[in-house]
Amino acid sequence: MERPFDDELNALKHKLLEMAGHVEEAVALSIQSLKDRNEELAAEVIREEEITNSYDLAVDEICMRLLALRQPVAADLRFIASAMKIGTDLERIGDLTVNIAERTLHLLRLPPLKPLLDIPAMARLAQGMVKDAIDAFIQADAGLARSVCERDDEVDQLNEQLFRELLTYTIADPGTIPRAIELILIGRSLERIADHATNISEDVIYILKGQIIKHHFDKKPDSRKDGPRKC
Amino acid sequence: MSNGKTKIEARNLSFYYGSKRALTGLNIACSENRVTAIIGPSGCGKSTFIRTLNRMNDVIPGTRLEGQILLDGEDIHSSLIDAVELRKRVGMVFQKPNPFPKSIFDNVAYGLRINEHRNRDLLEEIVERSLREAALWEEVKDRLDENAFCLSGGQQQRLCIARALAVEPEVILFDEPCSAIDPIATAKIEDLIQRLKQTYTVVIVTHNMQQAARVSDYTAFLMLGELIEFDETKKIFTAPANKMTEEYITGRFG
Repeated sequence: MERPFDDELNALKHKLLEMAGHVEEAVALSIQSLKDRNEELAAEVIREEEITNSYDLAVDEICMRLLALRQPVAADLRFIASAMKIGTDLERIGDLTVNIAERTLHLLRLPPLKPLLDIPAMARLAQGMVKDAIDAFIQADAGLARSVCERDDEVDQLNEQLFRELLTYTIADPGTIPRAIELILIGRSLERIADHATNISEDVIYILKGQIIKHHFDKKPDSRKDGPRKC
Repeated sequence: MSNGKTKIEARNLSFYYGSKRALTGLNIACSENRVTAIIGPSGCGKSTFIRTLNRMNDVIPGTRLEGQILLDGEDIHSSLIDAVELRKRVGMVFQKPNPFPKSIFDNVAYGLRINEHRNRDLLEEIVERSLREAALWEEVKDRLDENAFCLSGGQQQRLCIARALAVEPEVILFDEPCSAIDPIATAKIEDLIQRLKQTYTVVIVTHNMQQAARVSDYTAFLMLGELIEFDETKKIFTAPANKMTEEYITGRFG
């Protein structure tokens, strides 16, 4: 039996997908602006952020209205509660793309520090994770969602590697410090983007299966070699 | 969440009205000092089921029961159990408030009097205690001699609850207790049910799923006389295991 509520849920899903598409584009543009040293692209990412923010507000408003007026239960409830969280994660990814764009603008005023080391690899991974998290949501694919969670460790390791390498650069040549700092911060932003993509994937699994996998996904205390993750 | 103790349970319960089978092979165990809700679409057998728990169906001619109902592990149909005594231990509150055409006091005292309690002081004490337990005392303490029909619907229902409590039951059955009363009175009764479970075991039939979600610890979903799913209420309403349960509670049928 179709319910009027189903139309409202579909509308929420579409709004979330529009937001996701916009954020995916921002991720791509911010990375492009860095690789190509393109000031115009970086400026565009910064300008477009307010669109992401207004999507975030719209998603929250729809969810609150549905919670109040429809008293949803079971899968409907999981979907709406997760939609709010996914909206927040997407909004944070949007903020992080702005950070990358701003760092890029700083870097453009300085000579290039060649190569960008691990950043292109991190960027590819993070971008892929965001895309797959969103696709998992669209296609209701729990397996795809899980695969996103599995890639998070690799991004973290690349980020730690980046940090160590940049450290050696700065020790060898303190003149590289300003650029190294920008790159470390960009690496951190990419690592955080990957974390948010992981969060989205965990929420997708919750929507589909009612299982909560966050915070203990295949992690036992002794499998973490280096202690708490570095920022 | 479960304290592990089953107070009253149905084992492989089937029930017939003549040749028509209304319940099929039900296995439902209600935990002590917990609220168990029975939900399901019209005609699923919820009221039939709850009436088997204190043999109310005995009074309907042509009915037949297979399987067992156990109270503290004892079969309630055994020849050792007196049905009238059983209905003191397992009390019932019905959908439409049904106070007797007597005073408020006499309504509550009725069950005590027919069980040979005569001492006025003791009666007064028990009536007050029951009315307090039913969250009605403050509203009626100065007019206990008034006719029960002077009370509002919600108050009458709480009077019926006090009447059930006066004979010190162990289990209280509620058959859609709030269908006929207003939302504020409903909220008071739901609040009361939450407090009652500290002392009693509660089984409640309701067609209002939000009510089941609000008041119960466990929920059983019946359809066409069969048990489809039985689990902690929070699990049923966040992630039910059975697709039919999901469809019913999200309003896709029923």
